[in-house]
Amino acid sequence: MKTSHVIRDAAFGAIKKLHPRAMVKNPVMFVVEIVAALTTILFVRDIALGRGSFGFALQINLWLWFTVLFANFAEALAEGRGKARAASLRATKVDMTAKKLADQKLKLWRKVPAWELERGDLVLVETGELIPSDGEVVEGVASVDESAITGESAPVIRESGGDRSAVTGGTRVLSDTIVVRITATQGSTFLDRMIALVEGAERQKTPNEIALNILLAGLTLIFVFAVATIPAFAAYAGGRISVLVLVALFVTLIPTTIGALLSAIGIAGMDRLVRFNVLAMSGRAVEAAGDVDTLLLDKTGTITLGNRQATAFLPLPGVDERDLADAAQLASISDETPEGRSIVVLAKEKYGIRGRDVGHAHFVPFSAQTRLSGIDLDGITIRKGAVDAVLAWAGPAADADALKSIADTIAKQGGTPLAVARDGILLGVIHLKDIVKGGIRERFAALRQMGIRTVMITGDNPLTAAAIAAESGVDDFLAQATPETKLKLIRDEQAKGKLVAMCGDGTNDAPALAQADVGVAMNTGTMAAREAGNMVDLDSDPTKLIEIVEIGKQLLMTRGALTTFSIANDVAKYFAIIPAMFLAFYPQLQALNVMGLHSPESAILSAIIFNALIIIALIPLALKGVTYRPIGAAALLTRNLFLYGLGGVVVPFLGIKLIDVAITAIGLV
Amino acid sequence: MTANAILQIVLFAAAVTLTVKPLGAYMAAVFEGRRTVLSPVFAPVERLLYRAAGLNPSTEQHWTAYALAMLAFSVAGLVLLYAILRLQAYLPFNPQGLPNVPADLAFNTAVSFVTNTNWQSYAGETTLSYFSQMVGLTMHNFVSAATGIALAIALIRGFARRSAKTVGNFWVDLVRATLYVLLPLALVMALVLIGQGVPQNFSAYTAVTTLEGLKQTLAQGPVASQEAIKMIGTNGGGFFNANSAHPFENPTAITNFIELWSILAISAALTHTFGRMVGNTRQGWAIFAVMGLLWLGGQAVCSVAEYQPSVKLAALHVDQTPNAQQAGGNMEGKEVRFGIVNSTLWAVATTDASNGSVNAMHDSFTPLGGLVPMFNIELGEIVFGGVGSGLYGMLLFAILAMFVAGLMVGRTPEYLGKKLEAREVKMAILAILVTPLATLIPAAIASVTPAGLAGLNNAGPHGFSEILYAFSSAAGNNGSAFAGLTANTTFYNLTLAVAMLLGRFLWIVPMLAVAGSLAAKKIVPASEGTFPTTGPLFVGLLTGVVLIVGGLTFFPALALGPLAEHFAMHAGALY
Repeated sequence: MKTSHVIRDAAFGAIKKLHPRAMVKNPVMFVVEIVAALTTILFVRDIALGRGSFGFALQINLWLWFTVLFANFAEALAEGRGKARAASLRATKVDMTAKKLADQKLKLWRKVPAWELERGDLVLVETGELIPSDGEVVEGVASVDESAITGESAPVIRESGGDRSAVTGGTRVLSDTIVVRITATQGSTFLDRMIALVEGAERQKTPNEIALNILLAGLTLIFVFAVATIPAFAAYAGGRISVLVLVALFVTLIPTTIGALLSAIGIAGMDRLVRFNVLAMSGRAVEAAGDVDTLLLDKTGTITLGNRQATAFLPLPGVDERDLADAAQLASISDETPEGRSIVVLAKEKYGIRGRDVGHAHFVPFSAQTRLSGIDLDGITIRKGAVDAVLAWAGPAADADALKSIADTIAKQGGTPLAVARDGILLGVIHLKDIVKGGIRERFAALRQMGIRTVMITGDNPLTAAAIAAESGVDDFLAQATPETKLKLIRDEQAKGKLVAMCGDGTNDAPALAQADVGVAMNTGTMAAREAGNMVDLDSDPTKLIEIVEIGKQLLMTRGALTTFSIANDVAKYFAIIPAMFLAFYPQLQALNVMGLHSPESAILSAIIFNALIIIALIPLALKGVTYRPIGAAALLTRNLFLYGLGGVVVPFLGIKLIDVAITAIGLV
Repeated sequence: MTANAILQIVLFAAAVTLTVKPLGAYMAAVFEGRRTVLSPVFAPVERLLYRAAGLNPSTEQHWTAYALAMLAFSVAGLVLLYAILRLQAYLPFNPQGLPNVPADLAFNTAVSFVTNTNWQSYAGETTLSYFSQMVGLTMHNFVSAATGIALAIALIRGFARRSAKTVGNFWVDLVRATLYVLLPLALVMALVLIGQGVPQNFSAYTAVTTLEGLKQTLAQGPVASQEAIKMIGTNGGGFFNANSAHPFENPTAITNFIELWSILAISAALTHTFGRMVGNTRQGWAIFAVMGLLWLGGQAVCSVAEYQPSVKLAALHVDQTPNAQQAGGNMEGKEVRFGIVNSTLWAVATTDASNGSVNAMHDSFTPLGGLVPMFNIELGEIVFGGVGSGLYGMLLFAILAMFVAGLMVGRTPEYLGKKLEAREVKMAILAILVTPLATLIPAAIASVTPAGLAGLNNAGPHGFSEILYAFSSAAGNNGSAFAGLTANTTFYNLTLAVAMLLGRFLWIVPMLAVAGSLAAKKIVPASEGTFPTTGPLFVGLLTGVVLIVGGLTFFPALALGPLAEHFAMHAGALY
């Protein structure tokens, strides 16, 4: 959508939101609407009776309404950014049909509209068809275009079993045929939730937002007392203050700036996540992200590059290094895993051992049970794999201890030892090395500055884990992690009062994801993982957790900064309005007119104009968010207090003075 | 200001600061139930009291039970005191044969002493018998102060405990505060005062012939015992109408200094008790620093204002410089023996703390000099404040300040490891709302009703200041008067009583709710992302929040009172 359209829609939205039922959700602005309505009634009455100062009263009335409208505009604008995306998402939803299977084996199906599907139904999805609802692939492999959800045009593979079985309703199968078991009823699918989220329709106030609203309502009440008692105090001095002026003072004093922008800030925070391709299932989760104390990060893919690479062949004494390389290459030649390929590459680079035709050989793939892989070729059997597994396979051997000591050395350096044996004879060890991602050390340092402890989760043994932890700069690690130890770690941290964030994709991550305060599920993951987490990362990039934390912090900071700014503004407003208000009976109070404003009318009008315009001026900041810097809490507070506290005191003095000069020059008062 | 004045201010500040640590640590030991130096003396008495009351001192109370116990105790005290005042003619120790106190005045006085306000619509020496003074007032001076301390301890426990259901036992805290803290301090102080010439007797008033040959009646009585607790318990209700300006209440430079110190001593030391009990004394010193800064600011403004030469006299070329022969500045309404700085020291301290005793007439201060005591009270009586009430008030402000600060550093706000959520914010703001509510609304009523205006002795903005000060004092449970207002009328007796009740109990109940809610929370361990509440940044932040909330609330009223008077004075108009 074009910017002009977004603004036009937001302007219409602003007017629609004037409905009291919509306004009542925002106590501060609702109060402004009530007093604006009240002064408008008084204004009309005064016109009918032919009394009062028409021009001045009209302008105050208009600016009161503008204040409300600007607040609504900010909210509508924030919502508008998500609307476009919601519309395109909704388009994919229309007219989806499903081939509902009556029998999985016989592939007997009948066409039904997608909304008739229920949990547990099996549907057949063939090339070119849309997947009708969220589900789990139970049969087949297919490449799926998920761009409707993720915006990423490259197709992804979805297959039954394993951690890539989840499919999302509204995505399209590009090739092959799959059978999907439906896991969500219509109305609560991922797509539905996503539409609701980006539209802000389901937006509920977050805990901090509720607390802040209470604070703002309380401040508003304080100003009710401060302003409502003025007529009596003035009457004592023989003065009379018009309702219009009192309302003007009241509206400028109550925290309208933050009140007006509060919901826009919340919506924009969610929107930033959505743009970042992360879907938060609740605003609460986004806030919790800002509070996270402990970050659990999977080693693979987050801290290290996904693949380990072979970096050296370490033969046992008496074994030729080239012989070891040759056996290792042979064992890996049909091994399509990245590790296997890196062994072949290393053998070629170091010893010029080329690929061979092993068409007639029997390749033994790696399995989690045996933890071995290898090859049976012309009566020779070669196995490579975990050290203890290879030792067990080779049987008792004199040089087992030598092998173990080589393996230990590798492990201490953070590598993974891969033992190689041929025909029951131990040959040596391949050093597989984890490659730590560039720049990750700096990121952990930044997290430490934020007060966040990082814990690396790995299936590696403690030695390897410690070495990688040291190399990457992570604060702590959990080695030989199992779903149970992960869950226990989270519970222990939480018992200490800490908030824990983690990401995961597999079904066995689901309990930990559910237990964590912030659980980010990878979109490539299983449906169980996606349902357990409170955020889904559509890009399936585990490093994003760090940015999610920053977005959460930014959300809170923006609220805090604008609250401070809003309250600090009141000082200048008092100095504008108080002398103007009391001048008629206490002329000596002119001394408080430190800004030298032109007249009482111009002073009051300038204050209320400033109060309305500052809302518009701060919309970009509310939508973009206050910049977060990982510089430690005290430094951050100093910076924000200086910018928004001191700035909040100074800016309105300048702004009100400028507006006063301007409206006096063009003769508005 | 003179060098001598600055030296006296420094001496006073040093005296208060020096006792913070020993007294604060002692109180922490008392309320944590540890053995103290005075345990051999008081522990048997304490046990006896519990046995007599059938109380198990190790049973703790949920905050609601704590609040109910406190309310029940206060109501009972209110009824008792009202009865004593209404029946004093029939009660013993009434050598002057003073009649029963009228209903409205008795109600006002009873409320005043139960709420630790000690607003006095009466003159002690012509209204109250010795029985009323001792059994009625002095007793309440002890227990209302002890109640304040107990409540502050309950809030501290809220911060210090984790995942706890209870905040302590009101009765135990009340007994300990009275026995271990107030009684020994008051006893020692009373003896020193007696040594300095403060009367302590049950004699009838003495008629004497003055040097001028005139007849004068010298009022006297058990003054020293009441004076001591009046000061140390931030009560402030004088035995005599002239309060601590009276030579029998405050005869010498030494008594003046001791009494000054005693205004702030316990309230200041409680910050250290707080630090000890939450396990980090620097937290307590930070709060002390906030209070100290706010005191210093007020002291500076008030002293400078009072040392200003009178505008009118300056126009007549009168020499107003301070020198050996004259105090200089504004001496109207001040005791010559105290001079300017000891009058401002007292005025600022007594309004920072909700003491309310006076040794000079605030009504006669310059407009800005008088603005300081008034604004001190309007800040909510949290600059040291009343014993206990000052600390819990300041901690509620700290909760609000940390809420906004916490957001600004991008975390769910927390203070001392306790997450500040909707409930804490709601209760803190409810409590803080009470000061404007109970001050401004009745002041507005008084400034437009004939009954309210009838009591005024001065016109213009100064008259308005008198009304505003009276209700600020009542709502803040201070009890000092600007004077110039005839408050012993049905209108003022009742409205001021209501303001005192609101100002005390509407603060306390939400405060205890905060204590209960905090106690139930876990303690979040501090990290780099936690904003430290022990440094100058926190001190500055909290000071700023207190000033801004107070300033924004009362600016219009202050503009119409002291500020209008100040600018008018410079334009040549006096009221």
